[in-house]
Formats: sequence, structure tokens, C-alpha cells
Amino acid sequence: MTFTTHITDVPDEQVAITCDNVTISYGSFEAVKSVFLEVPRGKVTAFIGPSGCGKSTVLRCFNRMNDLIPSFSLKGRIIYEGQDLYEPKVDPVEVRRRIGMVFQRPNPFPKSIYENIAFGARINGYTGDIDELVERSLRRAAVWDECKDKLQESGYSLSGGQQQRLCIARTIATQPDVILMDEPCSALDPISTLKVEETMHELKEEFTIVIVTHNMQQAVRVSDMTAFYNAVAVEGGSGKVGYLVEFDETGNIFNNPQQQATQEYVSGRFG
Amino acid sequence: MTTSSATLNPTALHHKPGLLRNQANAAMTAIAATFATIAVLPLIFVIVYVLIKGISVLRPLMFIELPPPPGLEGGGIGNALIGTLVVTLISCIFSVPVGVGGGIYLAEFSQANKFAEFVRFGTNVLAGVPSIIAGVFIYGLIVSTRVLFGNSYSAVAGGLALAVLMLPTIIKTTDEGLKLVPQELRWGALGVGASKFITTMKVVLPAAVAPIATGVVLAIARSAGETAPLIFTALFSPFWPEGIFKPMATMSVLIFNFAIMPYEAQITLAWAASFILVVMILGMNIFARWISGFAKR
Repeated sequence: MTFTTHITDVPDEQVAITCDNVTISYGSFEAVKSVFLEVPRGKVTAFIGPSGCGKSTVLRCFNRMNDLIPSFSLKGRIIYEGQDLYEPKVDPVEVRRRIGMVFQRPNPFPKSIYENIAFGARINGYTGDIDELVERSLRRAAVWDECKDKLQESGYSLSGGQQQRLCIARTIATQPDVILMDEPCSALDPISTLKVEETMHELKEEFTIVIVTHNMQQAVRVSDMTAFYNAVAVEGGSGKVGYLVEFDETGNIFNNPQQQATQEYVSGRFG
Repeated sequence: MTTSSATLNPTALHHKPGLLRNQANAAMTAIAATFATIAVLPLIFVIVYVLIKGISVLRPLMFIELPPPPGLEGGGIGNALIGTLVVTLISCIFSVPVGVGGGIYLAEFSQANKFAEFVRFGTNVLAGVPSIIAGVFIYGLIVSTRVLFGNSYSAVAGGLALAVLMLPTIIKTTDEGLKLVPQELRWGALGVGASKFITTMKVVLPAAVAPIATGVVLAIARSAGETAPLIFTALFSPFWPEGIFKPMATMSVLIFNFAIMPYEAQITLAWAASFILVVMILGMNIFARWISGFAKR
């Protein structure tokens, strides 16, 4: 088993998040081992790979969501803007204000559509016009037309796809720098999926987006860069450990992969 | 006949009452139904008996009059009615903040540490403690020591005794209600940069308000009818309430005191008080169901 190093020579200002030899464990179980990765700024990066390969685990480390799991521990460094996110002095709340997240299942708050958007802005001390922010965020997430007439209705009154775009709107309303998306379309039908993907295309002008997806066509459609993760059985242990196989431009990963495992996965021979 | 041998006998799929398994089934169903009826009969009889006995002696003036001195006719239970409301209110003032706060700690902040386990265990034990023990505890702590500005028996002591009884219910329902809130909701709030405190107060707690309110109302309904913890804490008084640091009449203690008196007027009042108490507690339970139904929508 060989771990390839993917640290390239791109200038620092074009890198949003760097993983420097990141190993993530739950208790004594290693979930992901030795990840080196540079997420480019202002682009869409997709994480693909079979189930259990640790792609979501890595994503959740980017805004310290894994802190909520008691047995979690991380070795190595995750560097954002020159700061190690896992330094003891770092406040996860401050990290999450800059690195927002959209989850697998739509999770609007049990509040009105308006309040769903305004919540994040208020707690982040937004001083501008909240009405205007709500409209702008919903427009950017391509869901304004569907909910402009019912801003005071519950977020649950929307369909699944609309709820997910509401959650995206909620995330961009806090004006983050990076948006993480953990399989944002896995609970949605194909039409809603396309709409969310269109939204992503709009957003990448301004945000760095990292998306985990099980859908390889989706990775091809939305991403500029793709990271392929795989899982291998541990020698002499139970369970599997995930690792980063290959990280390159999406076109190269799908048409001209350098690794055998990548070739097999993208051509549908396993996973 | 063109029927092939594979065709079923037309009655093959019909229900046959003569079969042993069908007879056993019928017998068991009958036995279960009988016991279910026996189980629910006392409940119905008690409620119907109290309602009939109570409603026949009820007069509107009873709500605003004092009980008569022994031997005299008429009178009412106005002081006990107010007393029950005051004592219950005092018990809520103590038990709701502590209980809801404790439940929030257990569900949201404790991360299943040893202390939380201990509190959960203690809560379960407290829920099973006989109510008179709560009364003895407050008697020893507050009444006999006269710590409340030199007063012994008082409405506050009664309220505290009831609060002890209400605590486990409120802690448990808050804990369970918060656990029912989907984890995704917490992630969503944390994901937009909310602190743990804001997440709990602004997102998680509002989502669980119905089960918590249900628990509080059920706890009130239980404690409002308690007698044992009040007998030697709030005591009783034949007069209008003189303040929360003085002994105060309550409905349940009034029933306890008057039902065994040899005077017709007092026994009548005990029946009337029973009626009002049963209706109040029934109303509370229906209210609790209404609130919890609210949550399901």
C-alpha cells in the first residue's frame, strides 16, 4: 500500500484548505490515514469513493463538526488561512462561521423561511438590512421564486429539494468563505438535484466549495477538482482504513487516472 | 369436469370455528378482554362515584365561602381552592426551572459522563419515592428548623415538598423530549456558526417545547392531588390565606381532614372538593394530551 503525496506547488493564496498528513481516529479505530491534500480556492472540489472510505470524515474535519463525536481524535494538521484548525486555542464556533456546511438530509430549523435565513446572520452580528439579506441569499440559492410569497411559513412547508436549497441559502447568508456539502443531493430526486447543482455553479464564483458525493456523474458535472478515496483492510486488524488515492483535475481523474484503483472505480468496476 | 387436481377445495380458505387453534384464540381473547374490563372498572367507578356525589352537593357559593366551624351548616371551600392554586404555583416556580435546566444539562451538555449517569439514576429513584417521604424531607429541612424567617408550617414548605415530587417527571420528560430532536438540527445550527448555548436555546429547545410542556403539565396534575407531602408542610387553615409563609389550606388536605369528621356540612364539602379536584386533574391531563398532540403536527 503506497500513500502518494499530493502537495503540489500551487501558490499559497490559491489554496483554501490544506491537509498535512491528517489521520483521523474514533477511539482506537483509524478511519482515515495520512491524507495530504490542497483544496484550491474559488473552485469546486469533489470527494468521491466507496462507502466507508472516510470522505465525509475528512470533510467534517474542515469545520470541526467531528468534535461532536466524543471518541474522535485527529493527528496531523488542517491548515486554513495559515491557521491550524485543530490548535487548542481555536474556537470551533469561529471556524464554522467561516467554513459553512450543508448536510446530507435537508435540515431547516422549525421556524419560518425568513427566520431560517435570518438566524445565522443575527448570531453572526450582521448589522445590515436583514430583509435584503434574506432575499439575496434565497435568490443566490435559486429558491427565491418558490418561497417569496410565503416567507413567514414554516421551512417544513417546502419540498425536499426546496428545503435543501433553503439550507444552502441559510449557509451563504452567514457569508462564509468555504462551503462544505456532505452528499447534498442524496435525499433528493433528479430534478431537485439538477437545481441544486445549478446553484453550485452560481456559487463557485464567490465561494470555495467542497462536496462529497456518491454520484460520479455529479462529480463530473459540478467539480473542477476530484479527490478519490478508497478503503483497504488493515493488516492484522478488523475493519478498514480509508486513504486518499488520487487528487487531480476532474477531467484527469475520470479520463486519465494515474492509479489502478481510481481507474476501476470510475469505470464502475467496484464501489 | 375440466377442473384440474391443483384447484383448491372451495372451502379450503374459509374460517373454520371448530378448529382447536381458532377456539383457543377465541378463549384467550375473551379472557384478555375480561381482565382488561376488570382493570378499568375501578377507575370508571371512582370517577363516576365522585362526580355524582360531588355534583349533587355543589353550590356556586361554595367557591367563595370559608368552611363553617364544626356544627354549623353551609360554608364553602374557597380558601382551599386558592390554597391549592398558590401551593401549586410555588411548586412550579421551584421545580420548572430546576427540572428543565437539569434535563437540558443531561441531554445537551453532559455527554453521558459519570455525573449525568448518577443524576439519571437518582431521578429514577426519586420518581419511585413515596410522596410522604418528600413531605418528611421538607419538614425536617424547613418546617422543624424554622429557616423561613422563623415560620414553621407554610405554603412555601408545601410548594417545595410538591416540587420535589415534580422534579423527576420534569427532568425525565425534558431529557427525553430533547433526545427526540433530530441531531441534524443541531448540526445545522452549529454549521452556521452558532455556539452550543445559542443552538440549545434558539433551535433545540423550541423544537422540544411540546414534550417539555406536556411533562410539566402532567407533573402539576400529579402534584395538585397529593395529600401526604402537604399534611405536615403546608398544614391546613380554616381561614383565608394569610401569606405564603403561613399555613395554608389545600383541597387535598381539606378532603383528608373533613371526610372523617362527624359533621354533615364538612363531609359535604369534602365531596365537593373531591369533585373539583378530579375535574381539575382530568382537565390537566386532557390539556397535556392536547399539547403533545400539537407537537405531532
